[in-house]
Amino acid sequence: MESDAKISIAALVRDAAAAALVAGLLAFPLLGFRLVDSARGLTLDTRLLWVVYAAAAVFCGRLLFSLARISLSMRRPAATRPVKIEAPGRTRYLFGVALIAAAIVMPWLPFADRNIIDKATLILIYVMLGWGLNIVVGLAGLLDLGYVAFYAVGAYSYALLSQNFGLSFWLCLPLAGLLAATFGVALGFPVLRLRGDYLAIVTLGFGEIVREVLINWGGVTGGPNGLSGIQRPSFFGLPMVPAATDGGTTFAQFFGLAFSPNQRIVFLYYLILALALATNLFTLRIRRLPIGRAWEALREDEIAARSLGINPTMVKLSAFAIGACFAGFAGSFFATRQGFISPESFTFIESAIILAIVVLGGMGSQIGIVLAAFLLVGLPEWFRELEQFRMLAFGAAMVLIMLWRPQGLLSHRDPTVRLGTPPRAKEAGA
Amino acid sequence: MTVPPVLSVEHLTIRFGGLVAVDDLSFEAAPGQITALIGPNGAGKTTVFNCITGFYKPDVGRLTFRRETGASFLLERMDGFRIAQAGVVRTFQNIRLFPGMSVVENLMVAQHVKLMHASLFSVAGFLRLPRFLHAEAQAIERARYWLERTGLVDQADLPAGSLPYGAQRRLEIARAMCAGPSLLCLDEPAAGLNPRESQGLNELLLSIRDEHGISILLIEHDMSVVMQISDRIVVLEQGRKIAAGPPDEVRVNPEVIRAYLGVEDEETAVAVLQGEGARA
Repeated sequence: MESDAKISIAALVRDAAAAALVAGLLAFPLLGFRLVDSARGLTLDTRLLWVVYAAAAVFCGRLLFSLARISLSMRRPAATRPVKIEAPGRTRYLFGVALIAAAIVMPWLPFADRNIIDKATLILIYVMLGWGLNIVVGLAGLLDLGYVAFYAVGAYSYALLSQNFGLSFWLCLPLAGLLAATFGVALGFPVLRLRGDYLAIVTLGFGEIVREVLINWGGVTGGPNGLSGIQRPSFFGLPMVPAATDGGTTFAQFFGLAFSPNQRIVFLYYLILALALATNLFTLRIRRLPIGRAWEALREDEIAARSLGINPTMVKLSAFAIGACFAGFAGSFFATRQGFISPESFTFIESAIILAIVVLGGMGSQIGIVLAAFLLVGLPEWFRELEQFRMLAFGAAMVLIMLWRPQGLLSHRDPTVRLGTPPRAKEAGA
Repeated sequence: MTVPPVLSVEHLTIRFGGLVAVDDLSFEAAPGQITALIGPNGAGKTTVFNCITGFYKPDVGRLTFRRETGASFLLERMDGFRIAQAGVVRTFQNIRLFPGMSVVENLMVAQHVKLMHASLFSVAGFLRLPRFLHAEAQAIERARYWLERTGLVDQADLPAGSLPYGAQRRLEIARAMCAGPSLLCLDEPAAGLNPRESQGLNELLLSIRDEHGISILLIEHDMSVVMQISDRIVVLEQGRKIAAGPPDEVRVNPEVIRAYLGVEDEETAVAVLQGEGARA
């Protein structure tokens, strides 16, 4: 074993030296000479030390890379042993915690200007929508192409409730979720017998119906003009405005700060972060409950699930309702953030993007959905410099990702319960 | 017979278009016994199963299921999942596991109804109240028990779809047992098993009957299983019952030999029936 390691280390050094040699040869003409523009015209200056630096850097990098790869491949067979089976789960858990910590400190970092926080808020909306749709598509296996309808229901319920009845955002949030869940059940009933493609077509139609109603029911929804002047959220009753209208205290006054429009941007960012994390925690927990396992069982084999006493009607309706509920929350956040909503925000392409996030993330993987939301919502934003080629680059990126990982970015599935009997230890003990 | 049968099938008829799949079939399954349903391919055995477990609605007939508690259910009027909740649980001819879920998760899904009640429709489960945690621990113990009985405990955390064929068959039986049946309906449990595995299956089924007092209704082609463990055999041909009785009677019934084996030469048929029985 030890001699093996020595041999492999010698081989690694040789390999790294070869890489360094190639790097040196390449660096010689590229880095070794420099044109100097002086008074006497162009002169050639030699920088042979730079070549040595380049070769040394490549040597160390190559060696470290090989060592890292070997230590990873040595760890991999160990992961099949039940004792160590928790390890990949723990790294993923730590990665998740690190991601959350990064999201929490992000607004305070030097590079975080208004634009970046706005984009991050937008991405988080899609992360939350992806996590919500993941309950329906990833866990219960019901292909829903009209998810944006519930998002719209949430947005319009908040806008209408707050404009017509003066209800606050915090009161409207649960109501919007409840209304969206009701719509989820309303969609669920007619499609109980459908599966796969047929279900997708009906949900697609449902999404369009909701949008058409929003466009044509002008008296209530404002038709194609939408609703504007939607109330902004308050920080537990403290409005985030330059000066309170009715003599009350504003957020800035209460905390003795100078008013800045950035306060609201950061507050909205934290609000959607909290909502999204709540969605995630809910999903992680409900997966381990009987209802969550029943969703997955239904996705795997509906007939077998029925033969074990699982009522498919209840299981499907609960998946639709809970998935829709989270879209409703996200919708009312969207309305309060924008201050203006119109049916144009709830077109089919939104449903398609949310579904693409779930599929690209790797059905059922929570962290995969975060990565996919970054790619699908973040990339088109950052590709703006490419102007009219923006969508072309976006499409190419998607095709490449699907070629690279057809099963999604992270398609790993953790069992919801482990028996955890270490079989080898047991045999040894017996 | 003083004890009422666990299942009585009376005048069961089901047609698919012009084809009469099951024609005026009546039989009974005694409690705590293994009743086998045999017959040539296309005799309508699986159709009978599908009627009993609610996947098809019979055109004519009554299916009565009685629990040991005395409660009785008219199965032809019930949805499939309610029949399973009442205590008739089946396995499938083509194995139907939840392949992406782990072995032990398959067994947890089978205990869905009990756990769902314990979790107060997820509320208690969400708050992780002791009442739910206790029920969950019990469910895991029950799963462990059946995994030990079927020799799958070492594979408990692997995806069910990755198990070898014979292990998947055993897992399906373990899963059905976790659902807490009082009548277990097995559709060709020995199909695709080698002789050693079918021997193990025999022992498992006998212990389910003797130690747990569960009645078993069995469709099987493997005579080494049927003849050795059945208490009673019902023979179907083209949807009609042609014989019923203990294995020794059925084995020598000339009608069965002619119909079931489809062999003109009676001696060969007898040899097959008895030889198969003797081999096991």
